Amino acid sequence: MNILGNVVEHYVLLSAIIFTIGSIGFLVRRNVLVQLMSIELMLNAVNLALVAFNRRYVGDMNGQAFSFFIIAVAAAEVAVGLSIVLSFYRLKQSVFSDDADQLRL
Amino acid sequence: MNVGNVFFAVCSVAALVGAICTVLAKNPIRGAMGLLLTIVGIAGLFLKLNAQFLAAIQLIVYAGAVVVLFVFVIMLLGPDAGHAEQKTEPTGRVLRGFSGVLMALIAIVSLVLVLQSTATDKPQRFGHVGPLHGSVEAVGQQLFTKAVVPFELTTALLIVAVVGAIAVARSRHQTRKPKQSPSPTRRFFHGPLHPRDAGRPLTGEEL
Repeated sequence: MNILGNVVEHYVLLSAIIFTIGSIGFLVRRNVLVQLMSIELMLNAVNLALVAFNRRYVGDMNGQAFSFFIIAVAAAEVAVGLSIVLSFYRLKQSVFSDDADQLRL
Repeated sequence: MNVGNVFFAVCSVAALVGAICTVLAKNPIRGAMGLLLTIVGIAGLFLKLNAQFLAAIQLIVYAGAVVVLFVFVIMLLGPDAGHAEQKTEPTGRVLRGFSGVLMALIAIVSLVLVLQSTATDKPQRFGHVGPLHGSVEAVGQQLFTKAVVPFELTTALLIVAVVGAIAVARSRHQTRKPKQSPSPTRRFFHGPLHPRDAGRPLTGEEL
């Protein structure tokens, strides 16, 4: 029997790799939209780790309930973040976070 | 290799390729498509992990709402959203590259350390689960018994997020000056000013 995908280590490894890709994207890219997408990648990676550990230690549904809350918070965060992007674009005609250098309206 | 192994391999490769596409894409719309690929891959992994309810929620909320919102905003911004990133000053670029490399180094070193420390243990396979694991009933019971306070707080968070998003995104140039008639005579006479206009409808602002 092959253990590929049947142990928690594989899922945690994949989750760590996706989280690292997301964090590097957030640090290196300067397009605010891509930065928001990188945040989504990191949240997804955390969700994957939570669900994998919930599958490993079967008892109650704490991990999946946490994932549910993370999904809800991510949806709210994207709505507010994208509206901030729109407002910023209206102010500076740009979507690059380098241009957010005024600290005032 | 059975079906489950192949399914895990396909979903994890899809998630990885999507994540790399998201970060490397020059055009944000391609980044959004990469994010969609990652989300679908992770939903497949949720199915493999017996989390059917979360897989459905993931597809509905992320693929159905978040990615559509991203694409909508990219379309709204038009070609400005896809411009190549302009050259910044060299110190900023060096700092960005350095932070990225540092993050990658930290991740690789910690991965190697973790793999070395767990290499001696024999990895333990997932145990058997009942048919209710990850179903709507089980997650719902958890949500409405132990996690009922955060669940109710989530409703408050969502309504505040909706109101906040509308308040932030609304344009500031909404207040319009009350319209005034162009000339005082048009304000005086509420009818055709000349006999030749007797049959025509009025087109002024008074109506």
